[in-house]
Amino acid sequence: MDEWERRLRWHCRRGMLEMDLLLQRFLDRYLATLTSDERGALEDLLKYDDIELTAFLNGRRECPDPRFASLLERIRGL
Amino acid sequence: MKVNKRTFDAVIVGAGGAGLRAALQLSEAGLKTAVLTKVFPTRSHTVAAQGGVAASLGNSEEDHWHWHMYDTVKGSDWLGDQDAIEFMCRKANEVVIELEHYGMPFDRLDNGKIYQRPFGGHMSNFGEKPVRRSCAAADRTGHAMLHALYQRNVRANTQFFVEWMALDLIRDQDGDVLGVTALEMETGEITIFHAKATLFATGGAGRIYYSSTNAFINTGDGLGMAARAGIPLEDMEFWQFHPTGVSGAGVLITEGVRGEGGILRNSSGERFMERYAPNAKDLASRDVVSRAMTTEIKEGRGCGPNKDYVLLDITHLDPKVIMSRLPGIREISIQFAGVDPIKEPIPVVPTCHYQMGGIPTNYTGRVVIPQGSDPEVVVPGFYAAGECACASVHGANRLGTNSLLDLLVFGKASGEAVIEDFKKMPKAHKELPKDAADLSLARINRLNTQTNGESVHEVQLAMRRVMQEHAGVFRFGDMLKQGVEKIMQIAERAARTEIKDKSQVFNTARVEALELDNLIEVAKATMVSAEGRKESRGAHVRDDAPDTPEFPNGRNDKEWLKHTLWYRDGNRLAYKPVHFQPLTVEPIELKKRAY
Ligand SMILES: Cc1cc2nc3c(=O)[nH]c(=O)nc-3n(C[C@H](O)[C@H](O)[C@H](O)COP(=O)(O)OP(=O)(O)OC[C@H]3O[C@@H](n4cnc5c(N)ncnc54)[C@H](O)[C@@H]3O)c2cc1C
Repeated sequence: MDEWERRLRWHCRRGMLEMDLLLQRFLDRYLATLTSDERGALEDLLKYDDIELTAFLNGRRECPDPRFASLLERIRGL
Repeated sequence: MKVNKRTFDAVIVGAGGAGLRAALQLSEAGLKTAVLTKVFPTRSHTVAAQGGVAASLGNSEEDHWHWHMYDTVKGSDWLGDQDAIEFMCRKANEVVIELEHYGMPFDRLDNGKIYQRPFGGHMSNFGEKPVRRSCAAADRTGHAMLHALYQRNVRANTQFFVEWMALDLIRDQDGDVLGVTALEMETGEITIFHAKATLFATGGAGRIYYSSTNAFINTGDGLGMAARAGIPLEDMEFWQFHPTGVSGAGVLITEGVRGEGGILRNSSGERFMERYAPNAKDLASRDVVSRAMTTEIKEGRGCGPNKDYVLLDITHLDPKVIMSRLPGIREISIQFAGVDPIKEPIPVVPTCHYQMGGIPTNYTGRVVIPQGSDPEVVVPGFYAAGECACASVHGANRLGTNSLLDLLVFGKASGEAVIEDFKKMPKAHKELPKDAADLSLARINRLNTQTNGESVHEVQLAMRRVMQEHAGVFRFGDMLKQGVEKIMQIAERAARTEIKDKSQVFNTARVEALELDNLIEVAKATMVSAEGRKESRGAHVRDDAPDTPEFPNGRNDKEWLKHTLWYRDGNRLAYKPVHFQPLTVEPIELKKRAY
């Protein structure tokens, strides 16, 4: 695991269990396959609060930035 | 290894609701205050709290702090300290209104006052009928609270150390607390935070259980640090559980699912609630359902390869009903249980939610321990607040919305205690002992040099399974006895963990190994304390202490109306009296707890 990845994994430690679980699974499944653009987008996405991320994921709020759409889809994991 | 040193008036470990509220008190009083936190403050677990915070504002109907006090004592099954409970309930209005002034966006009535809603266990006129006492900010009360408090702290110049993990408490030969050691994740370096006051607000340790609603970060670090420094942990046998969480994942399935016709089944597909509650069946009360589920699993009728869960079945319901009346349930089951509940039943188990015990404090937030014949002597320089502390206001069972209140009241009170003690302290910091960082350095060094060791992940999993199986929501004498043996064996394994990654920068494997050192202390404390208490009370329910005329609900006040203290050293238990005398009113006399 490189430094970027270790740091990112820590930033997936959240205040809400649901987010911990979804992000953990996302990392295990997809992290190795992300392009460098997607890596950058993921870093930015993680700056949102848990409450906002939850709202994006369950569709209660539209995510303002189209860069995140496909990441959110994979995190949702449905 | 090099050790850095920094000096502050006060160091607070934890930036959830309790830590932020305490920090604000100190910074606004002009104390040079450092707040250490493993994650960004607004990502603390307080963010998950949705229900609200209790205060007898009486905005919607008549209410009184004395009624709130009665409910809290009763909820605690009389194990709560009545002086602390009176203090909390009397202070509630003040701290909630303060929070409103800090910009907390509470829901409001048309007249502009804070809107209040009912919540289980909160009643008017000493238990007569439900009262609206919970103040909320939509379904994001905890989130709004963290934001309001964080902004205010920034304004007050609180100094935050984000992504710093406190490792150990520093105590000198006199037993005084002089600060903590901490690991900066960014660099992997160790720093001593030398302070006149050290305040723990590290939250709960719900991750000791296999099925838990707590975020991964809730590893009981404050409790582990205190225990290693010789401070006993109080009432650790008391944990609140919710009957239906997704097995292993811990995400809650609302009780509304059973309300809409969901059925619990065992491995042979039997609707087992018919045996335990012939009338109410699957709609029986929380504790009856939890007890039945646990009994099925214990007697070998659980499902899955480990036979460790039961099934919640809604496949017989019309998919349209599921989609319209139980929105979100399908998504939760697919995401966290990997099953579509329209086609397959959901694996569920009773799931751990809240820790009632913790670091023993009095109602001013000062940490107190037995010394000689005095059960409660203040540890100079040491304070605690929030879920990691045991004041004790929740006793054997917490009422919903009382824990956010606990954070505010005791966060503030502990801050005030620091300020008061500060006035009496000498100007200079007390000298650090020479070995101040030795324990932490030894722990890190062991991790760096361990060979043929144990996997952190495997030991953690073993611990969580043993806790779930042996010290879950419903307890059996023989299982607890075996549980003590098993958890002590796992503790030996935890002392030999090995990490492959020895890098310095953001070494999360190291952090997780250090967290496990804390979890295992909490697990031992819980198992040993639960084995020790030979009665049922509040959330501690034993099969061998049933409801009888002599011992209503299995509670034995003659022998067990006392707080447990667990010492890491010698893995031993001691007990201390409950404070039955409130501050200004008459004690709330013992009664059978019934709703
Ligand atoms: C799903 C859920 C819903 C809930 N809903 C409600 C509700 O509606 N009403 C209510 O009253 N209660 C509720 N509760 C309970 C309540 O949320 C918690 O008891 C409370 O938020 C705990 O706050 P705290 O400040 O003690 O700790 P936390 O908010 O958990 O914060 C702990 C802090 O300590 C830091 N920390 C921990 N260890 C270290 C270390 N070693 N070094 C540095 N920093 C460290 C963390 O980074 C964090 O900042 C709920 C709990 C859950 C799980």
